[in-house]
Parts: sequence; C-alpha cells; structure tokens
Amino acid sequence: MAKTKLEEINRNIYDIKNKDEYDFKIKKGLTKEIIEEISKQKNDPDWMREFRLKALDVYNKLELPTWGPDISELNMDEIATYVRPKTGLSNSWEDVPEDIKSTFDKLGIPEAEKRSLAGVGAQYDSEVVYHSMKEDLIKQGVVYTDMETAVREYPDLVRDHFMKCVPVNDHKFVALHGAVWSGGSFVYVPKGVKVDIPLQSYFRLNSPESGQFEHTLIIVDEGASLHFIEGCSAPKYNKVNLHAGCVELYVKDNAYLRYSTIENWSKNMLNLNTKKAIVGKNAQVDWVTGSFGSKISMLYPMSILNGEGAKTEYTGISFAGKGQNLDNGFKVVHNAENTSSLVNAKSISKNGGKCTYRSLVRINEKAKNSKSSVSCESLMLDDISISDTIPVNDIRTDEVEFSHEAKIGKISDKTIFYLMSRGLSEEDAKAMIVRGFAYPISKELPVEYAVEMNNLINLELDGAIG
Amino acid sequence: MCVGANSIRPQMIILKDLLKIKIICNNKKKGLGIMLLEINDLCVNAEDKEILKGINLKINKGEIHVIMGPNGSGKTTTANAILNNPAYTKIGGNIIFDGQDITHEKTDEIARKGVFMSFQLPEEIPGVSVTNFLKYAKNKVTGEPVKIFAFKEELKKYMEELNMNPKYMERSLNVGFSGGEKKKNEILQMLVLNPKLAILDETDSGLDVDAIKTVSKGIEMFKNENNAVLIITHNTKILHSLKVDYVHVLVNGKIVKTGTQELAKEIEENGYSKYKN
Repeated sequence: MAKTKLEEINRNIYDIKNKDEYDFKIKKGLTKEIIEEISKQKNDPDWMREFRLKALDVYNKLELPTWGPDISELNMDEIATYVRPKTGLSNSWEDVPEDIKSTFDKLGIPEAEKRSLAGVGAQYDSEVVYHSMKEDLIKQGVVYTDMETAVREYPDLVRDHFMKCVPVNDHKFVALHGAVWSGGSFVYVPKGVKVDIPLQSYFRLNSPESGQFEHTLIIVDEGASLHFIEGCSAPKYNKVNLHAGCVELYVKDNAYLRYSTIENWSKNMLNLNTKKAIVGKNAQVDWVTGSFGSKISMLYPMSILNGEGAKTEYTGISFAGKGQNLDNGFKVVHNAENTSSLVNAKSISKNGGKCTYRSLVRINEKAKNSKSSVSCESLMLDDISISDTIPVNDIRTDEVEFSHEAKIGKISDKTIFYLMSRGLSEEDAKAMIVRGFAYPISKELPVEYAVEMNNLINLELDGAIG
Repeated sequence: MCVGANSIRPQMIILKDLLKIKIICNNKKKGLGIMLLEINDLCVNAEDKEILKGINLKINKGEIHVIMGPNGSGKTTTANAILNNPAYTKIGGNIIFDGQDITHEKTDEIARKGVFMSFQLPEEIPGVSVTNFLKYAKNKVTGEPVKIFAFKEELKKYMEELNMNPKYMERSLNVGFSGGEKKKNEILQMLVLNPKLAILDETDSGLDVDAIKTVSKGIEMFKNENNAVLIITHNTKILHSLKVDYVHVLVNGKIVKTGTQELAKEIEENGYSKYKN
C-alpha cells in the first residue's frame, strides 16, 4: 500500500503570538537577589519570601533527574522566570486589553464563558488578567481566585496547604517552582457545597524565553464536590521554553474532585509539571488528561489514597509527533484499606514521535482489600514511531486485587481499505481510527473540550481543522 | 500470464442478450440495459501469485449477478480488484464503471463513484458509533451535509426492516457484533450509502436461514432499475430466497460458465467438479 505522507502540523491556529510587551522583565539566571526581587514585586508576606529562598537553596542542591528523556539542553541561566503583563487584575471582559483579548478570542475563551461555565481565570504570562465568577458560587462561600490574591486574602488556608502535598524537595523542578512560582489558581469549596458547573482556567505562555511556574491549589472540603478544568496552549518560539507548574489537590473526607486538563504546548516546550492529590476517607479524585504538543513532557499525576475507601481514576491520552518525546504516566499510593484505583492510559505516536507510559502503583501493607486496575494502550501510526511502557508495581500485601494490561497496536491496511471502501480518504480513515481510539478519553471531557481535542487530533493528523 | 479468457463464453448469453433487447423494447423503465460495469481480461496477482487469469464480466443496470465458485477460485480477489485494494496487483485488463475507467483509481474514489462492497470479515472500529460512521461516510459519498434527525430516522427504519436492535446505532462499529450482526450491518450500510453497484462478498456465508432471508430482504429493498448487485458466494443458499438474473461460475481464476438461476441449481446438485479442469 502506498504510504501517505501525513502533513506536518499546521499550528498557525494555536501559535498566535502577540508582540512581546512587558513592563517588567527580570535579569536572566537565578540568584538570591532575583528571588527577592520577585518576592518584592509580588508583595509577598514574609513567610512566602522565606519559603521562596528556602526553595532556592533546595534547587541549588538537587541534581537534574538521571532517568527519563534527555533534558540537558535546558539552561536555566537563559530563562527569564518572570514576566508581568501590562494590565493588573480585571474582572470584566471589557477591561482586558485588545491584543490579549484577541489571543483569547482565537482560543475560544469567551465562548466557553458564554456556555455558562462558572468562572474564568485565564493566566496570561505570569499574572492573572481576567477573572470572573458566578455570584451564587460566591454566596455559597466558594473561593476562586488567583494564587497571589489567595496568599494575601486567605493566608491561613494557603499556609496550611501550599506545597505540603508536593514538598519542595520532591525534585529539582519542584524546588525551582517553589522559588519562582507566579500566578495560577486557588479554589476552596466549603464543606458540603456541590459545585454543579465546571470551573475553568486557561493559561498560555507568550513571552520568548520565559518560563511558566503557575501554582494551582484546590481544596475540596468534606462532602463537597467540584469539577475543575485547566486548558493550556502556547505560541511557538525558537528557544527552549520551560513549563514547571505545580498542581496540589486536597480532596477531604467524602469529597469529590474531577480535574481535567488539555495541554497543548508548542513544540519547543519542556513540560515538567508536577501534579498531586491527597485523598481522604471515602473521597474520590478523577484525573482526565490530554497531552498534546511540547518537545519533552515529563508528567506523572499522582494520587495518594490516605483515607479508608478512597478512590481514584486516571484517564489520559498523549499524542507525540515528529521530534516529540512524551514521557507521561500516573502514580498512585494506596495507604488505607478498601482503596481503589483505575487507570486507563492511551498514547498515539507518529512521524518518529515517542510516547512512554511510566507508572507506579504502590499498595502498602495496611491497604488491605484494595483494588487497582491498570490498562494502557498505544497506537503507532507508522514504522518509525516509538511506544514504550515502563510500569512499576510495588504491592506489599496479598489481600489485593491487581491487574495490569498493556496493548501496543498499529493501524492495519485492512482497516484502512474497509473505511476507504466507504468513501473515506486514507487520511480521513486514519483520523477516524485515531478519534475512535481517543474516544474513551474525549467522552470524559465537557463537550466543548471534547470538540477541541478532536480538532487537535485532526490538526495533528492532517494540518486542517475540520 | 494472462490468457484470453473469453473462449468459453456460452451461446446462452447471446440468447439472453437478445432477450434483454426485447425487454428494453417492451419496458420503458429507465436504466435497464445500460452498462454499469464492464471487466475486460482482468488479471490480478496476490502476493506474487496469479489469482485472476483473465476475467470478463458485464453488468447492466437493473441486474443481479452471482459469481459462484469453490474456495480459492478468486471470488474475493474479484471483489477486491473492482475496489482496487492495494494488497492486490493488477497485471492486465481493465475495469470500466459507469463509463469511466476505474482500473487504477483509489478505493475511496471508486466508492464515491458508486461502488460498494459488503465484506466477508468486516473490520472493527472501536470508539466510532454505527451512526457517526455512517453519517460521516454518507457525507463523503454524497458530498452533501447529512441532516442528523432525518438521518437517524432513516437508519431506524432500515434497522427495523433488517431485524436489528436499534441499540446498535450507538455501539462501536462491528465491535462485539456476532457474525450475523456484522453481515446485517453491512447490508444496513449498503442501504444507507445507496451505491450504484453493490458487491456482496460471501454475505450469506455462516448465516442461518432467517438471517439469509433478512439479507435477501435487504437486497430487494435496495434493488431498482438504476442499480445492480453482484453477489459472490460459494454456496447457493441465498438463491433460495432471491431471484437473480445471471450466475457465473468462477474456477481457477476464470469464468468457465455463465447461465441463469438454473445453473445454480445444477451446481447445488452436482458441485463444481464438472467445471474443474
């Protein structure tokens, strides 16, 4: 069968770049002076300033990871860590400056707003510039604000939880994050409050050589529930861009949190994001992740099931094209009885792209009667792409149900012929098979995100949005 | 090597052709007697093995043809060659469909021109529902937008006629379908896509009597004076519940005899041994 050359991706739609306007940009490199300058700019309270400096110490002591994709091209001295956009915080769309607005327009943010999403906290560069929230949520005591505001206005809540779930000595990039973090979302849902419409945040990088270190802190208190959606996309630049965000999720007893993300970074981005959830008694956290774009991605969301009967589900998909190395996966630690975890991971690789599923399932001795089921499936669209599965299963008690299933497949010529005999072109046929493969993940997303994900798949496959 | 294959064309066909001229004269229906498919001296290899050794076949609008033959005679290859499956190599001859040479066209182009094939082993497509698949395919085949409400009604109607559970509309295409359900689903696709020529490759094999009746019913629903059907089968079961115009016997890559439904009866009684060698 004649091989059809799949077009390289036309990223014009997503690679929208505004003029690099800024009124403040720090010197390149990372020193104590820089951290203090950031802290001063941010009006940090003393504890936060000290926290940052402590994190810088840890950062300087830790080595780069010796496993996973090669990230030696990263030179921290070249990355300006902090860029503040021209506007301060706005809470109405009209106040957002035109060029920023046009970027958001092209990404469909106001559309999502129209669809009565509860609130929008969109991060532009490092500072949150646009924010709104439905009044009834405010009345119920739900807090949804940017991280800087949270540090000032909810000091106790923030101090009790900030980088307690993900400690700064976790790894080098978490330490870096602790030192230079900027922007991000803070959500607090009080006891028993059920937020029935998803909260949404959208952020993207827009300045050459600037890293993004946003911090997301979500606390869902006892018996409460929330669906939080984070979407990211970034314009394209020639120099290496680093993303080292941090997401901390606290799901207290009997609470429920669904955390959905579609990440679509430009192809020069190093995405070294850290995400972790601590789950209480009979509580549940569900992760839904779509990972597109970026040159290298190392992303392993983690659930720590501390309470009896705690549950977690992970549903994720990665799509690696030419020159991409996506090292993604999921980690779960079962620390209590009757806990359960369910993992459904998929990956697609094409044009020499590499997808690795790297995972950890640890069931500790006291986690009797726990269950864990892992399924990972890879689809390779040609002979030069690579797919790998590296699971680590550490089971320390016999009284568990555990299963791990891995499948690696290719699209068969027979299947393509079948679809072509129904009038589909070879490209259409492949796209349909890939969309079908991704469907178990896209069906978990709210409809507009599912549409966006299908568009991304089409874009990755044939360079046109359809 | 490709040897001229028209040497065993029985006289009967000439009589039949004359008969057809008469039919045209007596019948003012449009379409009848107009050539839809013409295969000339077609030679095809599969994996470097010569399978078809000079096939000739003419199908007019309004006709139902049957190609019968023992296993390995080249029946499925014929179907695949018409749709130009790249797994098969054409080394001689040509295929004219609706006045156009489609010998080396891409499969999807041929499908869009109006050729459909029901597969012996339909492929499974996880994550793509029957409805979404057919809606997408219909749009590709017709080049027109498909109105979802009317389309679903149409689908429901056809599924009822084919004794299919309407729940299958939302199920992934062919995934977890039984053999019979897959075959019915192929007939459903034929009805929805409404091609000019439907090739049914072993659609009747492995089906029970009731399922065969359903398939025949589907063919009758589809059939009109402007389209044609080519049934490919190794047994004669489907011919009990369906009236056909021509029966061709394919043995060792050649059509060795052409006749009417009577020929099928003869084969049912005596088998193919007479035609081998």
